[in-house]
Amino acid sequence: MSLPEIFTLRKYLGPELKGRTISDARHGVSLTDILRHSCLVGRSRELSGRSVLLATSGQLLSALAMIELDGVARRMLLCPPDLDPDRIQALLAEAEIDAIVTDRPLHRCDAGAYLVVGASLPERAAVEWKTEGATEWLMLTSGTSGMPKIVGHTLDGLAGAIIAEGPARHPNATWATFYDIRRYGGLQIFLRAVIGGGSMVLSEPGEAIADHVARLRAGGVTHISGTPSHWRKLLMSGAAANFSPRYVRLSGEIADQAVLDGLARAFPLASIGHAYASTEAGVGFAVDDGREGFPADLIGWNRDGVEMKVVDGSLRIRSHRTARAYIGADAPPLADADGFVDTGDMVELRGERYHFVGRRGGIINIGGLKVHPEEVEAVINRHESVRMSHARSRRSPITGAIVVADVVLADGTDAGRHETIRTEILGRCKDSLAAHKVPAVIRFVEPLDVTAAGKLARADA
Amino acid sequence: MSVRSRIFSAMQQIAEEQKVTLAPLQDDLPLHETGFDSLAFAILVARLEDDLGIDPFTIAEDAAFPSTVGEFIRAYENVPA
Repeated sequence: MSLPEIFTLRKYLGPELKGRTISDARHGVSLTDILRHSCLVGRSRELSGRSVLLATSGQLLSALAMIELDGVARRMLLCPPDLDPDRIQALLAEAEIDAIVTDRPLHRCDAGAYLVVGASLPERAAVEWKTEGATEWLMLTSGTSGMPKIVGHTLDGLAGAIIAEGPARHPNATWATFYDIRRYGGLQIFLRAVIGGGSMVLSEPGEAIADHVARLRAGGVTHISGTPSHWRKLLMSGAAANFSPRYVRLSGEIADQAVLDGLARAFPLASIGHAYASTEAGVGFAVDDGREGFPADLIGWNRDGVEMKVVDGSLRIRSHRTARAYIGADAPPLADADGFVDTGDMVELRGERYHFVGRRGGIINIGGLKVHPEEVEAVINRHESVRMSHARSRRSPITGAIVVADVVLADGTDAGRHETIRTEILGRCKDSLAAHKVPAVIRFVEPLDVTAAGKLARADA
Repeated sequence: MSVRSRIFSAMQQIAEEQKVTLAPLQDDLPLHETGFDSLAFAILVARLEDDLGIDPFTIAEDAAFPSTVGEFIRAYENVPA
């Protein structure tokens, strides 16, 4: 009896597709003959069947190690760059990690307890790997406080949306993302590049946006994704002018109409859409009509085998793309008894469309009346002089809290127009929001902080 | 501009924004007859904190909330800025 064929990345990296590459700011590596080379140094053969932490300094070596170890390692834990080093030891124990692939000295963990294998550019001949089984892909949640949770996926589930679209849907694409590929949103793009037969240009932390865009252009990037905060940053920078991708996607935060319209103006020839996905719930759906929110008929079963429902205002998703479980001894259940993952993303039905209104935990309570900061931001962001905004709670001796907003104006906005703009923003908020949701104070500020995961830094979230 | 006139000017602006009619402001006018609701007062206190640098109702934990316009103004006048 033959075993069913196991789905691994290696199957999509044959020599027949020429000219495929993956690059970062310093190096480029051919994907066409990647299977004939190894990025692993030292006792790499012993990684078979192990639970491996991929702790490389850059994304490129992690990408190459993922390709090499998928189907070989029992588990791969992807380590994002912004992980607090003090937390690593506890996470390694929870994930039962027994081997580490890295290109830097190990400080915060007891290296003697692990098999340590080096990583470098793939200049050695490949190890003859034998596919052992489906590797568990472990990722970390990107919450801003507390210990990250370890989320367990299979490649089959991670690639569910890509396979459903047809892996050859975007032939000859060169992919890029503002995300780090060791986060869910970025990993989706890396998998699209590998499975779809394309190439990829990786982001580089700390790189100036103009330099990044220059690399995207030089690399011939055609397909690119990021959070709305990433895209606003690009639109604000003026660097988008000579860049013309064919495919522009937003995910990870609420894509409001202002950022969708801004991208449509900046990239008139591109297909622009937003997708809903989370580390736990996987890819839910994509919206390609250029409008914020999503059609109400996506609730229920949709054609890709994703089932969604709204309970107590939050979106719940069940599909084979959701994570398998949280990993660890005392890990809470990831899904309810029926297999639905509660995303914690609150939605509201307006006419024939659902709109995202914010995170369950981010609600501001104004004397008993609730407001999601994101719904206020969506209104403010529609003003043509506004690039970005952050609505937040400020304590009040009268109502407990009030909403205030920090607003970043477009470059070159005349300071003499501030009062007019403030009045216009307030007027629009009053026209479309209940009185308690209208910001009590609007401050004009310098560009707002964006977290390592590409999301607006919400200190109060 | 005196504290009193800054408070009055902030109240007039909020009244305009909130589309409420402000009663003629006199010291003995009860706050609940000014035309302001609690949200309007919350906005007023937040803006005055930005303008004057103080929020007299949060500084002192046992501060009794004023009941007239005069008491409201005195709460600001009596806090050393």
